[in-house]
Amino acid sequence: MATSLRAAADGTPPPAPPSSPTRRATPPPHSGRRSRLYRWDLRLSPYAFVAPFFLTFAAFGLFPLLYTGWLSLHRVELGGDAEWRGLDNYAHLADSEFFWNALANTFTIGVVSTVPQLLMALGLAHLLNYKLRGRGFFRVAVLAPYATSIAAATLVFAQLFNTDYGLINTVLGWVGFEPVDWESSKWPAQIAISTIVTWRWTGYNALIYLAAMQAVPQDLYEAAALDGASRWRQFLSVTIPSIRPTILFTVIVSTIGATQLFGEPMIFGGSLGVSGGSGNQFQTLSLLMYEKGWVTGALGQASAIAWVMLLLLLLVGAVRMLFSRASRKKLGA
Amino acid sequence: MTHTTLDRKPRSTSDGKRRPSPDGKRRFGRPSAGRQHHAGPLTYVLLGLAALVSLFPLYWNLVAASHSGERVVEAPAPLLPGPRLFDNLTFAWNQVDMGEALINTTVVAGLVALSTVLFSTLAGFAFAKLPFKGRNAMLALVVATMTIPPQLSVIPLYRIITDLGWVDQLQSVVLPSLVAAFGVFFMRQYLIEALPVELVEAARMDGAHSLRIIWHVVFPVARPAMAVLGMLVFVQAWNDFFWPFIALTPDGNPTLQVALAGLGAGNHTVDQAVVLTGALISTLPLLLVFAVLGKHIVGGITSGAVKS
Repeated sequence: MATSLRAAADGTPPPAPPSSPTRRATPPPHSGRRSRLYRWDLRLSPYAFVAPFFLTFAAFGLFPLLYTGWLSLHRVELGGDAEWRGLDNYAHLADSEFFWNALANTFTIGVVSTVPQLLMALGLAHLLNYKLRGRGFFRVAVLAPYATSIAAATLVFAQLFNTDYGLINTVLGWVGFEPVDWESSKWPAQIAISTIVTWRWTGYNALIYLAAMQAVPQDLYEAAALDGASRWRQFLSVTIPSIRPTILFTVIVSTIGATQLFGEPMIFGGSLGVSGGSGNQFQTLSLLMYEKGWVTGALGQASAIAWVMLLLLLLVGAVRMLFSRASRKKLGA
Repeated sequence: MTHTTLDRKPRSTSDGKRRPSPDGKRRFGRPSAGRQHHAGPLTYVLLGLAALVSLFPLYWNLVAASHSGERVVEAPAPLLPGPRLFDNLTFAWNQVDMGEALINTTVVAGLVALSTVLFSTLAGFAFAKLPFKGRNAMLALVVATMTIPPQLSVIPLYRIITDLGWVDQLQSVVLPSLVAAFGVFFMRQYLIEALPVELVEAARMDGAHSLRIIWHVVFPVARPAMAVLGMLVFVQAWNDFFWPFIALTPDGNPTLQVALAGLGAGNHTVDQAVVLTGALISTLPLLLVFAVLGKHIVGGITSGAVKS
């Protein structure tokens, strides 16, 4: 789901197109029955066309979402009956050091995987925006990690990051560093996991930035150049402001992805994946939810964690709306 | 800004020299052609580095899959391909059932891509070109659903598929993905520009009913976007992990991702070379698709993100 989000456009629906122009189609002059059928067709077919989406969403999105909310207010075990508990599950989370640990890990891994990723993507997009020989090759090459699945990428990186024989420690050794314990130490493990996320998504975001950069009117650069602005200055005062909506969009999408991070730490941890390493040093909220639901069998608590994630994302959405409103005001639009 | 005067001047380059635009043509039609400075050597070095970092793990996956398990876990790690690729492939295929997982993944990704493209085109067409009550509100709802993470639905869904006896059945991963909000939005964005409303109205004047219009007007116009969307959804469904990992089990009827997760967690006592051969099997088909159709996929990703 994160993937689909990443490919989507700026979250807000763009203004609807002017609804159908003045010359509305008039029914062809036919017999009463046909024209009635025709009118029904005209009126109902739009709903029939959007129905598959809304039915699927109702069944597999909305209903489970509400049901999860209901479960979060109960004590439930897999296959057992529910017992009303009010907000106990949430109170329990607030007291649980595992919850706060998972929340903190989700946040730190999120920052370490998102900030460098987007900055590098911006730089990469800038480079790809030059007139290049072999531009097709470079674009497909930086997108290749996106075609690699979470599982495959993580298995490969787990080998590269292996403490005893991994290539990364070997290279660090050449430069004179001691071997780093990439799995059991907290920060190295979080950096290793963030590296996998960054590797998979940097090229993808770079291509999104590139498309936005190519839509910046040439005039702006020419005017800036006439004013004597250097290339770096142009990048800062023309490119960045012009693609701001796109940057905001990628920040939001990456934040959503980071909030749900699951596969990378799960597989990176091997047999200890669910608990996020021997000391929960990289257990994320999603992993904790999975552990509560499928290992401990406490579905009510797992549901409460899911709802906390939803509330966090709503918060992000609210911040985003404030931001875009502020920037719209600033631009006087 | 004095658009016209600026446009008549030759393009200026960074070094302050003026020279005519490279192709000698003026682009009145496309004022947004982007900045087209020539790249210097440093740009090529940096891009080469980025390509290297992007491709090296994939290359090393191939290297590891061509060595014995003992060699892979020996320092220093191998950097050149070894002789055991075929043995590892045979072993992964026969002993770990990667073949079955590959077929399952192809079926799931294929069905999800087909149905998503079909339903997204129908809904995208309605949102783009048909007037109906509640359209804007419904479209806003479609977009809003994109922020709901799958974590919010897996617990009830798992209970349901357990009750239905659908654990390890492929329909439990196909059905929730029959259509995606992203696809609906993507097709709407495309059809708003690509499909002239006159075309639809002319067909109506000729007495065509909606299904005929879909078949004879919308599908032909939407075909390029449908192809791109199909590829994007296929890649995503191929690599989907969270829900398949819950609904399917590594030793039951897994997709490639689920089988790989099982291998990574040490469910089978196979060596690392075989695990990485599994990773290679799961990646190779998509990389081949990218090598052939990369340009279109790049175009699809960028158009989906920026046209809004």
